Amino acid sequence: MNLDNTTSPNQGGCTAKGMLQGQFVICECLFQSWRQHGRTAGHPSKSALPPSISQLLIFELVVADLQRKIREAFEVFDHELNNTVDVREIGTIIRSLGCCPNEGELHDLIAEVEEEEPTGYIRFEKFLPVMTNILVEKRYRPIPEEILLQAFEVLDPTKRGFLSKEELIKYMTEEGEPFSQEEMEEMLSAAIGPESNFIHYRDYITMMVIDEN
Amino acid sequence: MLPPRQRLHYPTFQGCCILAITPVFISSSESWQSSLFISTHVNIFIKKWESNTPPVIGAEPRAFKAAVLIQRWYRRYMARLEMRRQCTWSIFQSMEYAGQQDQVKLHDFFSYLVDHFTPSSHSERDFLNRMFTEERVPRDSEVEKCSDYESIEVPDNYTGPHLSFPLLPDHATALVEAFRLKQQLHARYVLNLLHETRKHLVQLPNISRVSTCYSEEITVCERAYVFNGDFVDRGKDSVEILMVLFAFMLVYPKEFHLNRGNHEDHMVNLRYGFTTEVMQKYKTHGKKILQRLQDVFCWLPLATLVDEKVLILHGGVSDMTDLELLSKLDRHKIVSTLRCKTRKEKEKQAEEKGKAKQTSSAGSLSPWFLPQSRSLPSSPLHLSSHKTHKTGRSSSVPSSILLDPRGLSRQARRSVDLELERCRQQAGFPVIKEKEEPWVFNPEADSAAGDLLEPSQEEWRQVVDILWSDPMAQEGCKANTVRGGGCYFGPNVTKRLLQKYDLQLLIRSHECKPEGYEFCHSRKVLTIFSASNYYAVGSNRGAYVKLGPALTPHIVQYQANKATHMLTMRQRQDFPMSDFRKAELWISRVEESALRALRGKLFAHSSDLLEEFKKRDNGNTGLITLSDWAAAVESVLHLGLPWRMLRPQLVNSSTGNMLEYKSWLEDLAKEQLSHENIQSSLLETLYRNRSNLETIFRIIDSDHSGFISLDEFRQTWKLFSSHMKMDITDDGICDLARSIDFNKDGHIDINEFLEAVRLVEQSCSEGNASDCPQASNAKGSGSWPPTEDSLVSVTQVAS
Repeated sequence: MNLDNTTSPNQGGCTAKGMLQGQFVICECLFQSWRQHGRTAGHPSKSALPPSISQLLIFELVVADLQRKIREAFEVFDHELNNTVDVREIGTIIRSLGCCPNEGELHDLIAEVEEEEPTGYIRFEKFLPVMTNILVEKRYRPIPEEILLQAFEVLDPTKRGFLSKEELIKYMTEEGEPFSQEEMEEMLSAAIGPESNFIHYRDYITMMVIDEN
Repeated sequence: MLPPRQRLHYPTFQGCCILAITPVFISSSESWQSSLFISTHVNIFIKKWESNTPPVIGAEPRAFKAAVLIQRWYRRYMARLEMRRQCTWSIFQSMEYAGQQDQVKLHDFFSYLVDHFTPSSHSERDFLNRMFTEERVPRDSEVEKCSDYESIEVPDNYTGPHLSFPLLPDHATALVEAFRLKQQLHARYVLNLLHETRKHLVQLPNISRVSTCYSEEITVCERAYVFNGDFVDRGKDSVEILMVLFAFMLVYPKEFHLNRGNHEDHMVNLRYGFTTEVMQKYKTHGKKILQRLQDVFCWLPLATLVDEKVLILHGGVSDMTDLELLSKLDRHKIVSTLRCKTRKEKEKQAEEKGKAKQTSSAGSLSPWFLPQSRSLPSSPLHLSSHKTHKTGRSSSVPSSILLDPRGLSRQARRSVDLELERCRQQAGFPVIKEKEEPWVFNPEADSAAGDLLEPSQEEWRQVVDILWSDPMAQEGCKANTVRGGGCYFGPNVTKRLLQKYDLQLLIRSHECKPEGYEFCHSRKVLTIFSASNYYAVGSNRGAYVKLGPALTPHIVQYQANKATHMLTMRQRQDFPMSDFRKAELWISRVEESALRALRGKLFAHSSDLLEEFKKRDNGNTGLITLSDWAAAVESVLHLGLPWRMLRPQLVNSSTGNMLEYKSWLEDLAKEQLSHENIQSSLLETLYRNRSNLETIFRIIDSDHSGFISLDEFRQTWKLFSSHMKMDITDDGICDLARSIDFNKDGHIDINEFLEAVRLVEQSCSEGNASDCPQASNAKGSGSWPPTEDSLVSVTQVAS
């Protein structure tokens, strides 16, 4: 993508309204072209054009901003003010930055940021580059509401519109990446009223939607 | 009940579970994963899945995938909730500490006054004298003579509780009941109770000793109770709490133990609201009550030792803490940990007078009521010679002189005059004529008699340390700049202390913790905080600790459960809510309190913020990026908060990535201002400095009447604004003063004034205005809730 808002054919059809306003859109396009370029570094025959210097500069700014966000989220849990957090908080941090990995993916991420000899703590220096990539690549995007609804409907094939408490417990604790007892209780207390035995999942989803910024 | 914190269970049985399943999927994992990334359409990848995989464990592969999606989404939601909770907590904490730093600014202001201000008239001189003269504290003998409660009549129509001495258990329980019914104890009984309390406390050692072991004759000891300080200054019922504590202490003297906290201190009370509470409840006798209380506070023991093994004190320890010294010193001499007249200081003072240094005499003089700042480089109060401490401890030795214009020799006065003269000349002020009686700012001259009354520097510091210090994770010991007193002590300090005195545990309070308690320093230090909902409803649990036979601590947590009270009738009827949902509402509510307070702070710094925003707006477009917004805000407020995270809740007017900062500031102002007739910039300044102003006003209002004259207000404001380098004309001040004098009687009601500058009470609109005191500080700045309702849920946590 060029600064005069025209696009070159091999960089995809994205445009931006203004340099700063379209920061993230540029970022995405830039990154795609950059990644193409990076990935194909060993294959000069690929025809990806490298981004211009000013584009790279904008990209730098955007990344710097992302990194400040990451630092903020990290520091919320850095109780001892020594640039480390308890490994058990990593999931919270990653998720509050807008990502939605499943447990298996989280497990892998943790393995990436841990020390060789796991200490129970994650250092910021190791966390930052990994998290930056995740955000730049926009990995682990959250699930749109419609998909979530469909997931519930898979569990409710006759389309009653609800699941019974027992059914929900069974699925959540026996399938997928099972909930702990604590998580199950929490979810139940969120999903159903004190008297009820049924989870009307449409309402539940609406109640628990996160406002994406 | 707040949901338990989300924990990633790692590695656990779940991990194993996943591992058990994974191998079967390996062959198709790649396509599975890539489908997950590329397309989140359940149907599409389920189809892919079905085409690629052999039959699996569990009958329903699609159910598996659906479950994963739901779980993944749910976990994200919980993580977000946890993050909000943490952020809210950070907001409250950072604001509380920032408030404590206000003390320091006040200190600087008065030092500035001493350095640069010359009273140009008698009235100004008198006015300043009042600011700088302490009321004399009655000596011990005087206090003993004054059983003046006897002269107070209790009217026949008094319907409150009656006390007679010696107190019996029934009296004490009746007192509690009476308070529950919102009755007030008559001043006569209050004074009587204080008199008896004092008699009891005087006999106690500085460090109370409690034994939990069996005695030979009795099989089981009575249960003992230790209350670890800070009984007052938070909430509206501090007087009642004190009365109950003292009553029970008199009824069960062997079992009931009280430790002094940093708020059992009349100076701190002036600032944090207890003084106000007493004066409002006891209009006639309030002053006397305050005097007696000041005395009683000084007699509270400093610490409690259980079985010679567990040390309980309010704040913490330092690398210099010496329990022997603490046991021996005369604790009564430590009137206030905020300010101390010490022996060594006065000797040095006499020396310095003789030398008549070029440096401002203000360097060694300071108003009696100012807090001690220990190591602030900006503080002008830096002594030239002081004991050097171990490296790593960056505190300067604080000092203070009690100011008393009486009894100063002519010679001493003359040399002080010379000093002042020099200062005036330096500052470019007109020279005061010799004929006029110079206003002097005098240190006490009769040191001989005074010595016996004063603690030594070392003694005073020991007490400050145990009442103000906080533990930290890092090794070492450094000055506690946040609080302005005591230090931060590391695990090595704890270890050394415990070893030195053969102790096994240190229990302290002083800091609010979300769960009501917290262990640190390898479980050698336990922080116990018993006021639940301290910052706001739902902000934290409270806890207390029971020591079992081997002195193992058992923690009991609770939270005053206001869930059902918080919701309106309609809400309760319309949707039967689960506990979780209520908890969520609480988080939102607590969060809203925090954010409201934060918005208030932002408003108070509007001009500085505008400046910073303009700096970042190169093209003068009126727009800045959100990233710049965050950086600017931090550079002005210095709260160390995650601004980018909080931004969505503080800024709702941004389009895309840019913010129109001027209109954002205007929106902020509209939210905060209620009086359009006071200029907004003036109001902003007033608001920002309101807690300091309030303290000053209360000091000036020496008869605690709640009123100061217009003149006094003008003079105060003039001094203050010149220090703050604000450009305000005399007319402006007069207008302001007149507009605040609501009843036009020439006096300003301090509370009315504060009312005029406080935040507009927003929608604590479900009628629970009192639940959000951070936003509405009608009763004095910095007073937090907590309004404890009957405790509903108690959970046991074995440690």
